[in-house]
Amino acid sequence: MKKVQFKSNYSQYFFLAPQLLILLIFLYWPIIQTFKDAFTMQDAFGFGSQFAGFDNFLFIFSDPSYFTAFKFTIIYSFVITFITGSIGLLLAVQANKVMHGKSAYKTLLIWPYAIAPAVVGVMANYFFSERYGLLHHLFNNLWGFNWYENVFDAYIYVIIAGSWKQISANFIFFLAGLQAIQKTVIEASIIDCKSNIRRFWTITFPLLMPTTFFLIIINITYAFFDTFGIIDTTTIGAPGSETKTLVYKAYIDGFKGLDLGSAGAQSIMMMIIVLVITIFQFRYIEGKIHYN
Amino acid sequence: MVYQRINSNRKIKMSFLELQNITKIYPNGTKAVNETSLNIDNGEFVVFVGPSGCGKSTLLRMIAGLEDITNGEISLDGNVINNIDPSERDVAMVFQNYALYPHMSVFNNMAYGLKNRGISKEEINNKVNDVAKLLEIDQLLTRKPSMLSGGQRQRVAMGRAIVRNPKIFLFDEPLSNLDAKLRNQMRLEIKRLQRQMGVTSIFVTHDQTEAMTLGDRIVVINNGVVEQVGTPKEIYSKPYTKFVAEFIGSPQMNLFNCKIENGIAHIADMRINLNNSANIDDASLGIRPDDILISDNGQHTCVANLVEYLGSDMIIYSKIGDQEFSCKLSSKINLNAGDTFKFDISNTLVHLFDNTNGSRV
Repeated sequence: MKKVQFKSNYSQYFFLAPQLLILLIFLYWPIIQTFKDAFTMQDAFGFGSQFAGFDNFLFIFSDPSYFTAFKFTIIYSFVITFITGSIGLLLAVQANKVMHGKSAYKTLLIWPYAIAPAVVGVMANYFFSERYGLLHHLFNNLWGFNWYENVFDAYIYVIIAGSWKQISANFIFFLAGLQAIQKTVIEASIIDCKSNIRRFWTITFPLLMPTTFFLIIINITYAFFDTFGIIDTTTIGAPGSETKTLVYKAYIDGFKGLDLGSAGAQSIMMMIIVLVITIFQFRYIEGKIHYN
Repeated sequence: MVYQRINSNRKIKMSFLELQNITKIYPNGTKAVNETSLNIDNGEFVVFVGPSGCGKSTLLRMIAGLEDITNGEISLDGNVINNIDPSERDVAMVFQNYALYPHMSVFNNMAYGLKNRGISKEEINNKVNDVAKLLEIDQLLTRKPSMLSGGQRQRVAMGRAIVRNPKIFLFDEPLSNLDAKLRNQMRLEIKRLQRQMGVTSIFVTHDQTEAMTLGDRIVVINNGVVEQVGTPKEIYSKPYTKFVAEFIGSPQMNLFNCKIENGIAHIADMRINLNNSANIDDASLGIRPDDILISDNGQHTCVANLVEYLGSDMIIYSKIGDQEFSCKLSSKINLNAGDTFKFDISNTLVHLFDNTNGSRV
């Protein structure tokens, strides 16, 4: 291919400027600001700040509520990843078998994905309302459900609220993955293996690995960051701080507690976590599961 | 139909694979296969040939069990297999795009079907190694399919079928993804292996050369209907329908629209005595390009409009009236475009078809 060379006359900067400006204001400036906050101690009324070195980091590491949030976030992301992944896969496999009305099923199962997390939270509120919540009553009859006081019950509340919408994302990616598998490979396996279940685990599921790993990363990222609206509209971290995710805690500490230094340090810790996950994804998974 | 007449002349005995009035209608109403009956003997190599979309693959897939049978009965080795699971029919299939399991090594690709049938590890090892040696892929057993060339993948796909030692091999256009040279080589190899193992095989192709070279018998299919069943020689020398006449043979048979009066064919101002007493208003007179005899004292004269040089042979394109035809002759003869040439059409070499139903007269 022939490369087209333009003479540099600064006009390209003019055309790039709007995009660069957006990146600068909404991406780079906040990052710089976060770093600044993380290494300074602010006056609560905003009158001044002073350099604090790693004090903010030392503070969050010595704060038990940070570890509670950390523990909850890890559990939350694992459970959500597992639940949304397996239900999404189940629905995709079933929808892939359907001959008639395939697109109707597909559309209906994708819809929840278009709903904002905060709205999902509000809807979950109705289901778990003490007075008229269907799920609240169901669980209450089963074992005396009370998410205000019981940590396990609160986990169930936010996990159900957080999973519902994300199942759609898993469904659509798994369905696309299933449809990308060569039809004749499946047919060859039908001749080679009688058991549907065995065939699924030995042929279909391994061939979906690239999709599965992609979704694991997507789901973890979702549980880490996008569930903010759900937590904020459901438990608000209750009981105590047991259902605060790291993002939610950073927000509460920074904007409600007005401790911007701690919030900045927490943000940087989160950035490191995401970085580790991403590196893990690229290093160890991407290379191993692409077949062609 | 004509083919039924030949079938009924065969000795009455149990065939290895029997298709009885097989019909396939897809949910959208398309009739892919229509009332097809066919008997295949043990050890026979049968080729299904026809243009794309004629139903030949559908027929094969029904034998494999990958497609439901709308109507009719298929029996293999004396048992009706209509409702038997594909994995229990004891058939092995080689697919056009190989359909290897991309996440498994060559060894596991070949062993997969055996593992699922509960065969011991040791026996699987022996079988896979034996077949790998036979196909000269024993060096590749640890590789993944993505690391293999097209020809090697083809061999693995064959190996996967052979290692199962099935009652019947089903080939679904397995050579069409290979380049011309490799295709010829694999064609010979498939033929050799089939002879060596003596396993009944059905090979689907749209390529008439493949059909002619591979098959003990050829089944020509068009629009879901079997047009003719016969040995390559029978099909070539005595096509039962106009379709078969045109489909088999390269270059294509010349077919002249003509009127037959008292055994004389009228093609434009040319007259050919057919030595019979036929009277057909709308007929097709077929003659293969290499059956047109060119000689200096030939009865008919034409102008060569175009000459195609093919090395040992050449093909001349000409016209009788407004009907184009071609003749194939040795390129040693000196003939250029624009020259006139003389030729004869022997009435023993022509094929006569009635245009109203396309069948041979």
